Amino acid sequence: MSSLRNQGIPDAEHALHLLRQMLRVRRLEEKCIELYSAAKIRGFLHVYIGEEAVAAGVMETLAPDDAVVATYREHGHALLRGVSAGAILAEMYGHAEGCCRGRGGSMHLFDAATRFYGGNAIVAGGLPLAVGLALADRMAGRQRVTVCFFGEGAVAEGEFHESMNLAALWQLPVLFCCENNLYAMGTALGRSESQPDIALKAAGYEISAWAVDGMDVLAVEEAARRAVDAVRSGGGPHFLELRTYRFRAHSMFDPELYREKSEVVRWMERDPISLLQGVMQAAGELPAEEWDRLKADVDSEISTAVGFAENGTPEPVSELTRFVYSDRPDDGGYTGAGGTPEPDTTAGKGGAAG
Amino acid sequence: MKTTYREAMRAGLRDAMQRDERVFLMGEDVGRYGGSFAVSLGLLEEFGPERIRDTPLSESGFVGAGIGAALGGMRPVVEIMTVNFSLLALDQIINNAATLLHMSGGQFNVPIVIRMTTGAGRQLGAQHSHSLEGWYAHIPGLRILAPATLADARGMLWTALQDPDPVLIFEHGSLYNMAGELDDDAGAVDIDKAAVRRQADGQGHRNGDTLTLITYGGTLPMVLDAADQLAGEGIDTDVIDLRTLRPLDAHTVLDSVARTHRAVVVDEGWRSGSISAEISARICEQAFFDLDAPVERVCSLEVPIPYAKHLEEAALPSVERVMAAARRAVGADG
Ligand SMILES: Cc1ncc(C[n+]2csc(CCOP(=O)(O)OP(=O)(O)O)c2C)c(N)n1
Repeated sequence: MSSLRNQGIPDAEHALHLLRQMLRVRRLEEKCIELYSAAKIRGFLHVYIGEEAVAAGVMETLAPDDAVVATYREHGHALLRGVSAGAILAEMYGHAEGCCRGRGGSMHLFDAATRFYGGNAIVAGGLPLAVGLALADRMAGRQRVTVCFFGEGAVAEGEFHESMNLAALWQLPVLFCCENNLYAMGTALGRSESQPDIALKAAGYEISAWAVDGMDVLAVEEAARRAVDAVRSGGGPHFLELRTYRFRAHSMFDPELYREKSEVVRWMERDPISLLQGVMQAAGELPAEEWDRLKADVDSEISTAVGFAENGTPEPVSELTRFVYSDRPDDGGYTGAGGTPEPDTTAGKGGAAG
Repeated sequence: MKTTYREAMRAGLRDAMQRDERVFLMGEDVGRYGGSFAVSLGLLEEFGPERIRDTPLSESGFVGAGIGAALGGMRPVVEIMTVNFSLLALDQIINNAATLLHMSGGQFNVPIVIRMTTGAGRQLGAQHSHSLEGWYAHIPGLRILAPATLADARGMLWTALQDPDPVLIFEHGSLYNMAGELDDDAGAVDIDKAAVRRQADGQGHRNGDTLTLITYGGTLPMVLDAADQLAGEGIDTDVIDLRTLRPLDAHTVLDSVARTHRAVVVDEGWRSGSISAEISARICEQAFFDLDAPVERVCSLEVPIPYAKHLEEAALPSVERVMAAARRAVGADG
């Protein structure tokens, strides 16, 4: 229906909103690359450029109290879930103002306020968590949905299969979103799966599953809405295979020896942002001033965020051993092992370590 | 010959593949990608996809398959990207590789070599930074190696492949770019003995300014640096590189402590229940009357390793912390 393939823009205002969401992710990521090159942020950095339609389309269908689980390529998911660009960048700066107070970094963004549960750098590690979050909702009788994003590489892990089985067996309210960008680092899907049709694999667990054009944000949104509605109304787990592509290397360290530049260029012709932009323009729904205003708005959001991160403060080293165990209200704020490294620091002050 | 730790590792692999056609390398992205730390770069072209075997993301599956291949007469070298991901294969490593020989009453040995990266220092956050080799050293049936020098990087693999039992090799991520000279004819090295990397020369200021620094793997360069600086303060040290965490060569450690009467153990793992705890206990059990001071330990703080540079640095052993512990041990800290 409201797919780009049909060249129909049902609601211009909404389309503009989706375009903005994708552009916000794109600009944030471009800035991350720049800041990485300037050594402002460190560690492993995985950007989402090319895959924006997936997060933008899916997030649109969620309620504020739904839960989201993501991987190490999660800046876009965090942003579109409602974590501010400032808190995300400050985290990558290692600052106290970051969404994890500098402890997580690029691969480990978390935000309780938006029920964003990471930020997981272990491939497939998030899937069982999503199953458990959904189990908790089911047991507590809540109508919430848990959405789990993961790459097609995760499909080879045992945890994928164990999670599919549990979710289907217990009919849990979880939506699995496989971001199939065809490569797990340097390993192409065809060289990692005996059966590369991922939706079919999920269907083998009696889960409603279908494949979607992951470059078409309207198609993603429509499919996600259908799936989320079904999950929320008790239809059990659902599965979307979102066919997409990453335009950049796996990480900042990847020499990209495993794929042809021409393949990347071919996929870039289906850039999800240009795709929507083009259709809107053709339909006369995106005047040049509107597009310019949109870009300016997004640029200003990102530069404000950079300023916020830049002016942040390092988390004090005296706080280093906090959050190993929870703060205990009864002993005036248990802070784990205390701050002084030597001699032995391991005896907890409140005996809270058990 | 000028080389790096990474190249020395690669040379060891190439050498093993050439010498024994049963040897093959298997793991995630070891082929097309060139190895996540570029250790196997170029080997796919040289040996082909049968022997440089890319696997899907399935640590438990391919490590288990490696164990099976070893049972079947091959000599698999299995690469796991980092020790963090080896936890997905823990069941296969511990319940199968380490255990089969004993459970089968000596019938089935498992000649597999499993290589993986370990350690912190590159701002990768908790899920990529832990030092869990001490955990593996807890398991009877495994041999645990930690090459800290170019010669060990070059030579341990071949020795490990001669071992009829499972060997785990831990490569600290911060060592790969370490460059230096290596003998052209460098070959297999001893994996039974710890190495004395620096010998106290008896030039301490006073009687009693000698001590033994004990470490392994990624922290060896830091400990050698600390030893140089301590020498400038008149504190004379033996530096022992354990090289093998299991079975532990306690003799070399105890011999040294018998001469120096003091010991500082440096370990990037956490202190509680660590390999440094084991070493400290051995010294207390077997050399208690040689000691003139309590055994000191410099370990990572008991916290998942944080991302931010200043926090990560504060969590890890450092030259300063090693020197402070050494000064305490010789009573030179005021
Ligand atoms: C258990 C585990 N094994 C290996 C890795 C190293 N690794 C990080 S990302 C990645 C590729 C994952 O590919 P995919 O799931 O398709 O996601 P994408 O990066 O394409 O978004 C690998 C192998 C890891 N992080 N965790």
